[in-house]
Amino acid sequence: MPDLLDKRLVIVTGKGGVGKSTVALAMGLAAAAEGRRTIVCEVSSQEHTSQVFNRAEVGFHEVEMAENLWAISIDPDQAMREYLLLQLRVRAMRDLLFRSRIFTYMAAATPGLRELVTIGKIWEVALPDRKVKKGREYDLVIVDAPATGHGIAFLQTPRTFANVARVGPIKAQAEALETFLVNHRKTGVAIVALPEEMPVNETASLEHTLTEDVGVSVDRVYMNALYPERFSKPETERLESASQNGNGALRAACRAAIRESRRAASQREQLARLTELVSAPVRTLPFVFKPEIGVDEIRELSGEIG
Amino acid sequence: MAGVGDLLEGKRVCICAGSGGVGKTTSSAAIAAGMAARGKKVAVLTIDPAKRLADSLGLPELGNEERRVDPKLFAESGIEMEGGELWAMMLDAKATFDELVRRHAPDAETRERILSNRIYQQLSAALAGSQEYMAMEKLFELHAEDRYDLLVLDTPPSRNALDFLEAPRRLMQFIEGRALQVFMRPTGLGMKVFGRGTSMMFSVLRRLTGVEVLEDLSEFFQAFSGMVGGFRERAKRVNELLANPETCFLVVCAPQGEPITEAVYFHRKLVEAELPFGGVIVNKVHYESELPPYDDGLEGQLADALSDDDLARRAIENFDDYRALAARDQSNIKRLTAEMRARLVIQVPYLDADVHDLPGLMQMNEYLFAAGARERTAIAAEA
Repeated sequence: MPDLLDKRLVIVTGKGGVGKSTVALAMGLAAAAEGRRTIVCEVSSQEHTSQVFNRAEVGFHEVEMAENLWAISIDPDQAMREYLLLQLRVRAMRDLLFRSRIFTYMAAATPGLRELVTIGKIWEVALPDRKVKKGREYDLVIVDAPATGHGIAFLQTPRTFANVARVGPIKAQAEALETFLVNHRKTGVAIVALPEEMPVNETASLEHTLTEDVGVSVDRVYMNALYPERFSKPETERLESASQNGNGALRAACRAAIRESRRAASQREQLARLTELVSAPVRTLPFVFKPEIGVDEIRELSGEIG
Repeated sequence: MAGVGDLLEGKRVCICAGSGGVGKTTSSAAIAAGMAARGKKVAVLTIDPAKRLADSLGLPELGNEERRVDPKLFAESGIEMEGGELWAMMLDAKATFDELVRRHAPDAETRERILSNRIYQQLSAALAGSQEYMAMEKLFELHAEDRYDLLVLDTPPSRNALDFLEAPRRLMQFIEGRALQVFMRPTGLGMKVFGRGTSMMFSVLRRLTGVEVLEDLSEFFQAFSGMVGGFRERAKRVNELLANPETCFLVVCAPQGEPITEAVYFHRKLVEAELPFGGVIVNKVHYESELPPYDDGLEGQLADALSDDDLARRAIENFDDYRALAARDQSNIKRLTAEMRARLVIQVPYLDADVHDLPGLMQMNEYLFAAGARERTAIAAEA
């Protein structure tokens, strides 16, 4: 089985607010630094990558952000349009659909269709021979996927469509997407967690669902934002007694240190629980003590991601 | 500035909104427990309860029906309930959707057609906004039954807090949409009733998708079309409940730049939509009062007090790291407060341990229910 970054497609998911976008981008920078032509795909138009790089919004274009690193924000409407352009070679037919208001309404109202065309576009970006004209070939495609609940539904969309459509072109296409997603040699999933009770529980059940129900390969779990263990137990006790005798800034500094060591300890318990609960190997990423996480901080994290 | 208790006095519905991962579920549970401790009969509706929290409240199997938290638990924590009750339930979007279909289907045949339609079965959970809408639907139902003094809704997790507000509109768009109207004709895909353009459109579509998909889709839309009337009326009343002065929206966020920006944006949208906005809860704040400034002598004093130069240096390093986070939190909260004008901004500090039981919730409530910002700072300094 190839290593995670040697796969063609890596899907980064996890509970909301755990730092999925940061991890996806750090992963992209790590792969790019190794000379892989890498693209990070965003699917909910948050434009995280372009903001981190302080660039104009990328939208539905593949834009180079750094050496070997591209970014795209996949908008379902544009993905649908592109899909139709590729499918319907006869111009009159395309125009007919694009102009039809009924079609526009139907496309918007059909449940799951937006997810399906989004995955379709991700698949197209990951193809060695691209369908779009002059499409660039990438070594690695990283998806900053939706959070847990929506993430599972998102990844299940192709199978759902394949089931609904018993025969016909849409079934064939949905099946091709499904085959690609569950191909463990080509597609891998990384789950991002935080060292807290709920995210750890959710990660464990997410891994189970992704492995058992969706059938994708969960290759790695990142425990993100882990505090350093700065103080040993005897040191904490000394800080404790110093804080009782001191006041003002001295007391506050001791108390900050005691709190840090308490949190670091409770995080280690959560790390142990996570390692116990999940099957995939767990990697840790350090908490970044910076007011905001910018490109320099993410570059630093990318050194620990591989 | 007051606390949550004063804010929710006389309110019947409290909606906790915000993006994922900011402590929304915990805040909702804390508010519900706090109001129950004030003698109210409260139900908290959550989409995804923290398992350990639910377990510790004696509710290991939470379902689509409310369950009561044993008052003994409050007594054990030394909390006087004053006749209050705490109930909790977990929202099941699919079950609620099914109930809704049963209620609004004009006849048994339509009802069965929808419930057995493969697109409905497989994809109704994926319908844009359906989870969010179903949360409101359940809220509406419980409110109409009038069995509680206060309902606290923990909104479904989403990347964008606005998804929640847009849900009724998006679902109504779907129900009322042209797509439905097209299929509402008794002939469905019978091309005769349409103009040439439309029938050609369908023939192109059929080539793209296959006949069966189109038939399932047509049936799905047709079945729903019979529900438009009842559904529209219902959505209107749900919207009225949201705008009711007895409803209170609380925005829950974290003190980092991005969640604060989102909270500011969400507040604007609530005000624009003329929905009753109550205030913002900022969780996991590094209080500056815990991390005061210091002068050059501190490292020496620490070294003396600890009789360890290296430990003193590391303690200073740690102190500086947290002071930087506190400075960031305060500048973000200042930006938020300026935007809120006179509205309530409640800061809950970054507590030492995860909150996963009743005492933990009550610890949060010391801040949520404190009389004002100054009192909160004092509690943080003493904690």
